[in-house]
Amino acid sequence: MEENVKKRVILHSDMNNFYASVECMLNPMLRDKCVAVAGSVDERHGIILAKNYKAKAFGVSTGEAVWQAKQKCKDLVVVPPNYDQYLKFSNLAREIYSRYTDQIEPYGMDESWLDVTGSKVFGTGYEIAEKIRKTIKFELGLTVSIGVSYNKIFAKLGSDMKKPDAITEIYSNNFREKIWNLPASELLGVGRSTEKKLEKYGIHTIGELANTDEKLLLSWFGVNGLKLKIFANGQDLSQVAKKDYIFPVKSIGHGTTTIEDLENGADVWCVMLELVQDISKKLKNHKKKASGISISIRNNQLLTKEWQCKMDMPTASPSIIASKAFELFVKRYDWKCPIRSVTLRAISLEDEDEPFQYDLFTDVSKIKKQEVLDDVVENIRTRFGKDIIKNAVLCKNIKLADKYDTGVIMPTGMIG
Amino acid sequence: MNYKKIYVDVILKNDIDGNLIPLKIIWEDGEVYLIDRLLAVCKASSLKVGGCGTRYSVRIYGKEKYLFHEEDKWFMEIKENFN
Repeated sequence: MEENVKKRVILHSDMNNFYASVECMLNPMLRDKCVAVAGSVDERHGIILAKNYKAKAFGVSTGEAVWQAKQKCKDLVVVPPNYDQYLKFSNLAREIYSRYTDQIEPYGMDESWLDVTGSKVFGTGYEIAEKIRKTIKFELGLTVSIGVSYNKIFAKLGSDMKKPDAITEIYSNNFREKIWNLPASELLGVGRSTEKKLEKYGIHTIGELANTDEKLLLSWFGVNGLKLKIFANGQDLSQVAKKDYIFPVKSIGHGTTTIEDLENGADVWCVMLELVQDISKKLKNHKKKASGISISIRNNQLLTKEWQCKMDMPTASPSIIASKAFELFVKRYDWKCPIRSVTLRAISLEDEDEPFQYDLFTDVSKIKKQEVLDDVVENIRTRFGKDIIKNAVLCKNIKLADKYDTGVIMPTGMIG
Repeated sequence: MNYKKIYVDVILKNDIDGNLIPLKIIWEDGEVYLIDRLLAVCKASSLKVGGCGTRYSVRIYGKEKYLFHEEDKWFMEIKENFN
């Protein structure tokens, strides 16, 4: 078994500076300039989403505000995101991968794992990676870095080691020399807080993590600690999903940064009502009901707090979800600062047709009536457009950006 | 040398196998250019003007040019000082 696992050939392809590269590819005038893709400053989404290497050289980093980036690089050209094009290029890249294997697992829009163990007819792992690299460059005008290894974790690590337009191989006979000296934070699964904690215990490299006692890791991080040790030792066995595999939906969320700070409960209620419409629609599309709701509130000091609670009964009704979310908000938020962004998430999802035991005191007929009403409203919205019918309170000038929803769903991967 | 992207009308043959074979290009001023010969077809990007799709290498009046089919439009790469 172990030997077979080590014989797997897994690639991880990462499209370099994806958003910025697509922009530069589509507009050659940008190629020699420092370019960053950023959200709209007017709609208060003005943070850097991606930058090219020239901008990176000035220290421009993803996630910072546009004004901060411009202080570092005064000639920075800031372009708005163009998600349709990014999706198009992402799909075109996936079409190229599918020439070599049907096991393609996306990790975000710009990264994918490919299992090419059974694709020997096209060559070795390195040869296939080289063909993919050249094809993407020729057909799409973009560069990728590819990691070749025998497990998903090392393949991902490999794709991060040499950039751009490069291939890195990590095998079972050389991984200790190649990666054990790298900082532990390079390993997938080691985020900022895990890194801090590891440093506190004197663990700085992947090698040190790999040789840390299991019991210690278990006591520090729980089962995730054991996973990290498995990752660091190259023993991860997770499979690369087939390209048509649909990942089970665990939660459905929607959030927005408002154009002005929200100052009172009425403002928050409007935003929640608007958000919940899309959540309800997505729940119905996935044939799910929410048994719980989570709200995440970010105030104008950029401090985020999150709370969750259970619903009285599973539902996909927007009005019931919104009422519960608002009830939770009123109970928990102290209004020390105005609010900048609101995110709602339907959690603990159950199948639509899952049986449910009502208690004696719930007025089921009232809930059923509400659900029928919601369905009728949704039906009208589907037929005549989203704005044809809405809660009266949403007809006034609410503090939402015109187009606050990109409609882009980022796929997540299957690890561990 | 700077290039610009020029969208063009194309008269084409859609053959029995589903292939698209461009026959004539109608320039933006209405001038019609006959394609003498289709030399090659491949998927490719245009680094000169930006964009990607199916690239048709064609011969027009003895000169080799690229004609790109991007989604549902056709374009060519033209030098800035053309015309």
